[in-house]
Amino acid sequence: MTDAYLDIAGLHMAVGRGRRPLPILRGVDLAVAPGEVHGLVGESGAGKSMVGRTVLGLLPPAARVTGGTVQYRGRDLLAMPVAERRALLGAKIALIPQDPMTALNPVHRIGRQVTDVLRLHLGLRQKPALARAEELLAAVQIREPGRVLRQYPHELSGGMRQRVLIAIAFACDPDLIVADEPTTALDVTVQRQILRLLKEMQGRAGTAILFVTHDLGVVSKICDRVSVIHAGRILESGAATEIFAAPRHAYTRALFAATPRYDRPADALHPIPPALLSALWAEAHEADRDEADRDAADRATEDGR
Amino acid sequence: MTGAVAAPAGGERPRTGALAAALRNPRVWFGGLVGLALLLAAVFAPLLAPHDPLQQDLMLGQLPPFWVPGAEPGYPLGTDSLGRDLASRLIYGARVAVIVAVVAALAAAVLGTVLGLLAGFFGGWVDALVSRLVDIWMAFPAVLLAIVLVAVIGTGLEAVIVAIAVIDWTRFCRVIRAETLVQKEQDYVLAARTLGLARLRTLYSEVLPNVMPLLLTLLTLEMGIAIIVEAILSFVGLSISSDEPTWGGLIAEGRQYVHDAWWIMSFPILCLIVVVLGLNALGDGLRRVLDPVMRR
Repeated sequence: MTDAYLDIAGLHMAVGRGRRPLPILRGVDLAVAPGEVHGLVGESGAGKSMVGRTVLGLLPPAARVTGGTVQYRGRDLLAMPVAERRALLGAKIALIPQDPMTALNPVHRIGRQVTDVLRLHLGLRQKPALARAEELLAAVQIREPGRVLRQYPHELSGGMRQRVLIAIAFACDPDLIVADEPTTALDVTVQRQILRLLKEMQGRAGTAILFVTHDLGVVSKICDRVSVIHAGRILESGAATEIFAAPRHAYTRALFAATPRYDRPADALHPIPPALLSALWAEAHEADRDEADRDAADRATEDGR
Repeated sequence: MTGAVAAPAGGERPRTGALAAALRNPRVWFGGLVGLALLLAAVFAPLLAPHDPLQQDLMLGQLPPFWVPGAEPGYPLGTDSLGRDLASRLIYGARVAVIVAVVAALAAAVLGTVLGLLAGFFGGWVDALVSRLVDIWMAFPAVLLAIVLVAVIGTGLEAVIVAIAVIDWTRFCRVIRAETLVQKEQDYVLAARTLGLARLRTLYSEVLPNVMPLLLTLLTLEMGIAIIVEAILSFVGLSISSDEPTWGGLIAEGRQYVHDAWWIMSFPILCLIVVVLGLNALGDGLRRVLDPVMRR
């Protein structure tokens, strides 16, 4: 799939240095086509946020990519010079962060934070940038955008702040947005509004979104395709409608069964069977050993030369 | 909210500017007035002082302040043992205090903040280097180090300023480094980097403004400390020539006569206390005022 906006192939990642770094991604393959909302679903610790952070170049210092490629429209994000990647970030690849309460700098007014990206990437001067920022806030359905531009983050509600962050993400008309659990920190009614807004904005601009979440309800509302990740491996990937209608992998089925639903009694909630989890982890560790063996073999042949 | 001004196009929103908030804050008022008084005393010392601070009159030695019987008119706070007017000496002493407070504290702040920001933000060997340097520095008792420094560089106002800056930068460095460590992990700093901002630019535009209120508080604290250190150095006779009136010098002088003339020592101590208190209040007030969340 070379026409994909985002193409991740065989991504391996490990945390920690020394002799035995701990693998957290074990060969992740994922492609996000133009105009597609791709949900990346998994339990906490599955590595889903790491995938998103790799795309944005925001890995924690201890994490290292140990294999694979991450391509944006055919350009390798991991191999390109920092300056080149920086030019893409915020402009062509944007982030909608998880927690709107902390993702805005408390000491800067909203106007400054929205115009920053406009001035940096589009080279707008302050006046036109402010005018554009006002349009952007209006586009995310903020009432009185002119007033909000002069306010500080703490004066806005969580939903408002998330709207501001969405406006910043869409500011330079990006091709790809990484949304890292953008609704987790919001209450359910606000969540719905934000999801609807996001879908609307995305549909209008034709943006591709990598939607990282653990919330299957959210996935069913917004995603075109879904990838299920566990222990750093994609277990199942496909069209959202198909996966929701007929999940193929046992883990996906268990995940669905473990989702609380208000229309079922509480005892209908089934935790993921421990046997399944240990089987999955065994597979993952098996994969690690294979990988280690292959590395060792590679080194041996290199040494033999 | 009194004194609220509606934003021009924003409807009924009250002003949240730092200046408006500052004018509503009693700490800022108190500290600002003390600071202003100190500054005025320093600048206009020749006009304010009733006498030449160096003029001796042995016939008028150890005159008490005006409310004590035996006081002479024209010597409101009395005289020292050589008959020099205490009020005039205190007013001239403010000059040294102001210069030391401003220059030494700023120098220490700049040095410590730059190193602290870099250490906290970049971590790794930069952090290791700066932190070890701070550790080594802190192993020396501050005042002792100051005395040694002044003894090496030589006495005089410049030497005192250099000594204070060289010693007290660690105070800023440690606190700013710690705060930078906190700030750089904040989501908005990460978010700024996903906007394509360079690392140094992020440090400057996202971290520094968030460290600023803390820095200001430290700076005003440090001004008080600098004045005290100067006083200590004067007290042990390692500051400026002993003729020149400084508060520390006055305290040292007054100590010898404290049983006969308590006021010679008491007034400079009072000046020190009021100024240091005022500067601390100013710093605390400014911190509240500069923080948009605490401002309301």
